[in-house]
Amino acid sequence: MSGALRAEWTKLRTVAGPAWLLLSAAVLTVALGALASGAVSCPETGCAVDAAKTSLTGVQLGQAVVAVLAVIVVGGEYSTGMMRTTLAAVPRRERVLLAKAAVVAVPVLVAGAVAVLGSVLAGRYILPGRGLTAANGYRPLSLVDGSTLRAAGGSVLYLALIALLSLGIAMLIRDSAVAVGAVLGLLYLFPVLLTVVTNSHWKRHLRQISPSEAGLAVQNTIGLPGLPLSPWAGLGVLAAWAGGALLVAWLVLRLRDA
Amino acid sequence: MTRGDGFGPLLRAEWTKFRTVPGWVVGTVVAAFLMLLFSFLTAAGNHTAHVGGPGGAGDGSSVDDGSTHATSSLAAHQAPVGPDGETVSDGLFFVHQTLAGDGTVTARLTSLQGTVQTPDGSAGSQSTQGFHVPWIKAGLIVKQNTTQGSAYAAVMATGEHGVRMQYNYTGDTAGRADPLSYPLWLRLERSGATVTGYTSADGQAWTRVATVHIGQLASSVQIGLLVASPGAQRFDQHIGSVSSEGLPSTGTATFDNVSVQGRLTDGAWKGVNIGASPQDGIGFQENAGTFTVTGSGDIAPGTGDIGQSVTRYFEGAFAALTVIVVLAVLFVSTEYRRGLIRTTFTASPRRGRILAAKAVVIGGVAFLTGLVSSTGALLLGKALQTSGSSFAAPFATEARIVVGTAALLAVCAVLGVALGAILRRSAGAVAAVVVLTVLPYILAVAAVLPAAPAQWVLRLTPAAGFAVQQSVVAWPQVDGVYTPAFGFFPLPPWGGLAVLCGWAAVALAVATWLLRRRDV
Repeated sequence: MSGALRAEWTKLRTVAGPAWLLLSAAVLTVALGALASGAVSCPETGCAVDAAKTSLTGVQLGQAVVAVLAVIVVGGEYSTGMMRTTLAAVPRRERVLLAKAAVVAVPVLVAGAVAVLGSVLAGRYILPGRGLTAANGYRPLSLVDGSTLRAAGGSVLYLALIALLSLGIAMLIRDSAVAVGAVLGLLYLFPVLLTVVTNSHWKRHLRQISPSEAGLAVQNTIGLPGLPLSPWAGLGVLAAWAGGALLVAWLVLRLRDA
Repeated sequence: MTRGDGFGPLLRAEWTKFRTVPGWVVGTVVAAFLMLLFSFLTAAGNHTAHVGGPGGAGDGSSVDDGSTHATSSLAAHQAPVGPDGETVSDGLFFVHQTLAGDGTVTARLTSLQGTVQTPDGSAGSQSTQGFHVPWIKAGLIVKQNTTQGSAYAAVMATGEHGVRMQYNYTGDTAGRADPLSYPLWLRLERSGATVTGYTSADGQAWTRVATVHIGQLASSVQIGLLVASPGAQRFDQHIGSVSSEGLPSTGTATFDNVSVQGRLTDGAWKGVNIGASPQDGIGFQENAGTFTVTGSGDIAPGTGDIGQSVTRYFEGAFAALTVIVVLAVLFVSTEYRRGLIRTTFTASPRRGRILAAKAVVIGGVAFLTGLVSSTGALLLGKALQTSGSSFAAPFATEARIVVGTAALLAVCAVLGVALGAILRRSAGAVAAVVVLTVLPYILAVAAVLPAAPAQWVLRLTPAAGFAVQQSVVAWPQVDGVYTPAFGFFPLPPWGGLAVLCGWAAVALAVATWLLRRRDV
């Protein structure tokens, strides 16, 4: 297993793409988060802005970059025929899958932690200037606060789970472009559909099954009783999606020729 | 021009490349299927919705985001449809007589007051707790008959918008804009299909407000006094949550010196409460020539939000767009991966033309796919919609959305070709186009951002193109919060698509420049 891990790690770090993607995931996440923090406002009369969720808006963008990274780790090998070499060198195919999952998830966790810390820090300095002050009932964002810590830590885990989900889908589809389209469709189409569905039962169920909507429930720090899912249960739904995708990936990897 | 370097053979070569890859042809079928699937889902997923929307329908029905009291009496019956085929609000108290042929009605309006029904059941004055009713209406009306949605023309005093001439629900002409002082005089003159409204301060010197042509009026019409009072509104939009409340309100107006010239066939004034839900106090009293009329509801264009409009049947455009973008990117990146691009550029060294041919072929395929599938999505959605849940749009709007959706897919396909040529990496190019077009829409419309920045997002990013799918109209004569969260775009439909075209043009220019400059 360690050999398979080292092989996958070598393949990842010796091309320029993944490093750039990880860097841009972090930068874009912080940038969009800072923009969203700068865009909200809280008038004198008070408001119901979720400060932590606002500062972490950039995760919506960062997840796309993370998905691209996870997809090319698989898709790149299939398009060049490298996959056959990989499977010849490591015939235990579940090891290949596990090694790929590990070398994708760990760097994403690191980049995600940097991105989330940067976003929370940006929110901490920007939001008070937008009216989210002590007078309106807001303390500066801080990871000492339990719910903010959950939103931040949950967002890091969210990005890693998105990477694993993308990896599984890429293993199933094999083609990078189609796999990225499928992953982004899965992530972005539920929120789009929710803007036009007005039936509250449908809305609730869509929020509960959507990988992105349910997973990002972990970012909520206010109004929790009104949510269709509790924050950790929401992240659990995404984990189920990622686990299911990896399971299907393992099956097709075993049953199909490369 | 010889056959070798003409644009025609290039187009033919690219078209052959596209149609001979079975996966790509299947892709267009998948895109069309997703369009229909979303139409089915949104039509089926809205069966308890009702017409109300950001402006609130005339009876003060409420819309709120998923909570329990989202159904009102309006859901029980079909919303009325006006003379032009669009959903309208038609609620008013009408004191009327039948007028045969031409005639004129004149009245002096001595007072107009509104009352808001507060949530605890008590009645308050016009500005109770931040609620107000600027579009309370009292005046004179000639209406084809007393059924909802029939043609009309009316001259009226309003709460905060002066004297107006309104007709056939969507027509609205301002008269005196200065704050009204009571008493004031109103006169409505009907001559065939032509109706003219006048106003006067003293009943002697009359000022014409407007003359309108109402083709639907029969020789025998209903003429008389109208009072309407739309739902009082108070809005609240914060990041992540949109709420709108509408409370029913009633208006009470006092008229005297009511006179009619012309042949009246009924012999007495009759009162009818059209459309509005029955509330305490609605009705009229006549006492020695003084009419006290209390009414509720609104006679105005219908307002709805995106969840009730025909736009919802076209949400599959987001899914179809994702598939089409994948095809467009693959159309370029596959040639790089297989090395075919070297053959292509050797056969036709003018690289800009190759890119143009690819853009035309994939754009044409996307347009046709979009045209067929969005027509199907519209027909399917309308076939499945349940009564009371839908908001009808005029045919011209539906046609614009169908053609606009096809154009939207075509322009996104061109953007995909351009970014595919710029990045030469399929995964990155697909992600770039989808993130540029879909993510701004989610941030702006799914109410992640407050209204003002959301409008800027929809002015500047490629997501502006989705404006072409807007079917709800931000009527100036109906109060509402016309923000992206309710499906209102800051740019006009084709203007928004032009922004997307601008992005595609810039990307195509950069791609052409890079293709000429770079080795393959």
